[in-house]
Amino acid sequence: MPFYLEIIICVSLLIGGVFLLIGSYGLVRLPDLYMRLHSPTKASTLGITGVLLASMIFQSHLKGFLSIQELLITLFLLITAPVAANMIAKTALHQRTQPVEKTKNPELIDIVRDRESPKQSQHEE
Amino acid sequence: MMLFPMPFHSVLLFVVWLLLNNSVSAGHMVLAAFFAITIPWLVSGMRDEHPKILKPWLAIRYVLMVMKDIVTANVEVALLIVGPIKKLQPGFVAVPINISSDLGITILASTVSLTPGTVSAEVSKDKAWLYIHALHLDNEVELIESIKQRYEAPIKEIFGC
Amino acid sequence: MLSWTILIVAVCICAALILNLWRLMKGPTVSDRILALDTMYINAIALILLYGIYVKSALYFEAAVLIAMLGFVSTAALCKYLLRGDIIE
Repeated sequence: MPFYLEIIICVSLLIGGVFLLIGSYGLVRLPDLYMRLHSPTKASTLGITGVLLASMIFQSHLKGFLSIQELLITLFLLITAPVAANMIAKTALHQRTQPVEKTKNPELIDIVRDRESPKQSQHEE
Repeated sequence: MMLFPMPFHSVLLFVVWLLLNNSVSAGHMVLAAFFAITIPWLVSGMRDEHPKILKPWLAIRYVLMVMKDIVTANVEVALLIVGPIKKLQPGFVAVPINISSDLGITILASTVSLTPGTVSAEVSKDKAWLYIHALHLDNEVELIESIKQRYEAPIKEIFGC
Repeated sequence: MLSWTILIVAVCICAALILNLWRLMKGPTVSDRILALDTMYINAIALILLYGIYVKSALYFEAAVLIAMLGFVSTAALCKYLLRGDIIE
């Protein structure tokens, strides 16, 4: 394997691994569910993209032709990650999970759960 | 009866089949073409009406912009996560939206979830408000403005609704 | 160099899986556990692809696709169940 390809694969693998670890670290470290939602949906998308990119380059080199099937997983995860995050947020709201106390606009939570419009007076632009 | 009731989906099925098999041999091309014709023909009756993409070039530019934003968002959020947690100021925000189609709202909500420090939590029943949760909320008005200008305006223009 | 990088990244991903497992055990709410499972399957995909690079085989791609699809469907089904008390309406 040429040296420059090895460098590219190593760098993207390392980026992927570090972001996956940070995403999971945030899952443990952040104080409430709504904040925890941010870390896997964001950090993991770039993490998995890094690993998939490395895998794509490596398999292309191995087979001798351009192998882009790993893009399929990346695309699938990019489409499904926000949907999954949205469903988990809905579930948490439905179960009346309380956010941490310093959260701004806590009065919105009941409105969000009932899918009502906020009171116009507060949010006039 | 039209041969391709859903042209975009036909192309997508064709490409995905070839990607799944990772080959461009004649046999797989024929099979992919078969799926690209029969599956849309079978399911076109179950479909809701969606707005058409009016400006494909703008759509491509939008996708590239979102990709760039995803990378910056990842780095920003990663730094927030490993940084001091006491300083984080989470908050809920209601963003007024005036996109009428479901597809447009879905794309906007997904974009918001993938980009810096925000996750979309819910859409109000009358489809006029998008509720988002921000990991670090500095300036509420600024956040609402940036979402409306950066993401909502191009989506409105792409679908023309 | 590549084999060392694979080792380091595998350690990173395994540590991430252990952190997910801790969140899965700890909770405190059901939504937290679903979120932990969701993150876990993403990490599992990464680990499987990494193993594919390690053994120089393309076969593991199929396993990764299956996990990606089943993972999303199971997250959606669990959330739907908690939201409505029914999976299929």
